Amino acid sequence: MTSNYQADHYVAPIDETPLLATDSVRTDQAPLSLWAEAWRKLRRRPLFIVSVLLIVLLVVIALFPGLFTQVAPNDNCDLQFSDGPPTAGHPFGYTFQGCDVFSRVIHGTQASLSVGVLSVFFVLVIGVTLGALAGFFGGWLDAVIARLGDIFFALPLVLGALVITQLPFFKDNKSVWTVVMVIVLLAWPQMARITRGAVMEVRNADFVTAARSLGVSRMGSLLRHVLPNALAPIIVLATMELGVFIVAEATLSFLGIGLPGSVMSWGNDIAAAQPSLRTNPAVLLYPATALSITVLSFIMLGDALRDALDPKSRQR
Amino acid sequence: MIQYVLRRLLQVIPVFVGTTLLVYYMVFALPGDPIAALFGDRQPNPAVIAALRQQYHLDEPFWVQYGLFLKNLFTFNLGNDFTGQPIAATLGRVFPVTAMLAIEALVIQGVFGVAAGLFAGLRKGKLFDSTVLIASLVVIAIPTFVLGFVLQLVVGVQLGWAKPTVGSDASWGTLLLPAFVLGLVSFAYVLRLTRASVIENMNADYVRTATAKGLSRPRVVLAHILRNSMIPVATYLGANLGALMGGAIVTEGIFNVPGVGQKLYQAILRSEGPTIVAIVSVFVLIFVVANLLVDLLYAWLDPRIRYDK
Repeated sequence: MTSNYQADHYVAPIDETPLLATDSVRTDQAPLSLWAEAWRKLRRRPLFIVSVLLIVLLVVIALFPGLFTQVAPNDNCDLQFSDGPPTAGHPFGYTFQGCDVFSRVIHGTQASLSVGVLSVFFVLVIGVTLGALAGFFGGWLDAVIARLGDIFFALPLVLGALVITQLPFFKDNKSVWTVVMVIVLLAWPQMARITRGAVMEVRNADFVTAARSLGVSRMGSLLRHVLPNALAPIIVLATMELGVFIVAEATLSFLGIGLPGSVMSWGNDIAAAQPSLRTNPAVLLYPATALSITVLSFIMLGDALRDALDPKSRQR
Repeated sequence: MIQYVLRRLLQVIPVFVGTTLLVYYMVFALPGDPIAALFGDRQPNPAVIAALRQQYHLDEPFWVQYGLFLKNLFTFNLGNDFTGQPIAATLGRVFPVTAMLAIEALVIQGVFGVAAGLFAGLRKGKLFDSTVLIASLVVIAIPTFVLGFVLQLVVGVQLGWAKPTVGSDASWGTLLLPAFVLGLVSFAYVLRLTRASVIENMNADYVRTATAKGLSRPRVVLAHILRNSMIPVATYLGANLGALMGGAIVTEGIFNVPGVGQKLYQAILRSEGPTIVAIVSVFVLIFVVANLLVDLLYAWLDPRIRYDK
């Protein structure tokens, strides 16, 4: 017995530490991929299920507002109902202009979601392309993209938007597209940074070297082997940013530099409800609640995705 | 260390030049002739116009004008707004108010966020932890301006605990409610970051060593776990200063705080290009310098980072 402890490296005999059932590996089954394991984890999380259901509902509302309200949001405004309480068929009451609040909240969904989705789409296109090129090829390309990103990164979103929207082009053509352009212009560097980091982590993995030695071109190995394995952080950030961009649109519209007044949006409605806040707060609270629930569902989804996809949290 | 500071300062220069160039180019592209605007609907003498154009360097090429703009920015000679007031003097008046607001907000999100995050992280998986995690998601999802209106209505008007609008008497006390609104969203982020970081560090070898050599629990938590968990939080607070500035515009507008943000908001409503650019440039300068300071703070927080390579 004592001789065991005098040895430099004590190795227990195999019969002293029999393999546990959990240590065995089932060789007949392929190991679960990152995605399959994430899906298995997500399926059981209430946070994920609730947020997905909410998002599906919001998308349906945005695509088919007519399913939820028969009242046209602008046509039936009647000043005799100005700031009026809820009545039959008008569950949320009336705005200062005598428009139906419920109908406006339903119809406002479209603007918020389309700004969010379009902004994330273009941020992904620009940010992932530049970030992947910078991370994969390195060198001067990396330096140029990093400096370019730093310049836009030093302009905080709201501040930068204030200046950009003063340009004649943006002032004269206020629309969903100009708001998307402003957001994309200021938000792509963060996506590029995350992509660059993720690509650099995967770039030197053995399977990439293997693909290269089998004759896959550099561009081909980037597209087919590196990027698919660097997707996890990109997807998490994109989901979170959807919520962030929806807030950005509402904030800009609230400040009067976002969507034009003719577009129905929660941000515009909140700004319009501001004067009657003390007399009729419901007009402000309904679009504000809709906005917060929308953002919450995307942030919750992003949070659940991060927990499921982060290899660090998988070990814990 | 000094070498690192110098190198880091050199890296700041291209970013600052690029950003101000971008901002200045946009003003350059703004419509309208400022000299013609000075005369209203009168038709001035062409010789007067030429003299004025020379006086304001409008006849110089773009690069010369940009150089003068930078020089003026560093000497705080920011020009006049549309009412003829020097912008620098206005900034000097409104800046202390915003500084007070920002400091209060930073204390709220920094001190309380770190404390709550530490508490939640040390009790991972317990009731307090899971409650705080869900609550912080909800707080993150509520936009600043919605939160501002709701708290103004509930705390300010209905309960009467605070003044709903600040007005001219901006003091630490009256600014507490706006600062709370401004700090709350980032408070939730700071909390979550601290919590994650504490959980990661709790099982680190140096923490076990510290416990094993007989240090008291408070000392282990404060000097070893907390200090090492502060690095991502410091990064976040630095990078978040930009969001704080954007939030200040909204918050000061809602609570009628006479600060830089409100000045900027008014300038937007009146489309005062020069004021907007002056304020945004100063903000960018602060933002860039603050992030430089955060980088330097790392060396103090983590002695392993010595910046001497």
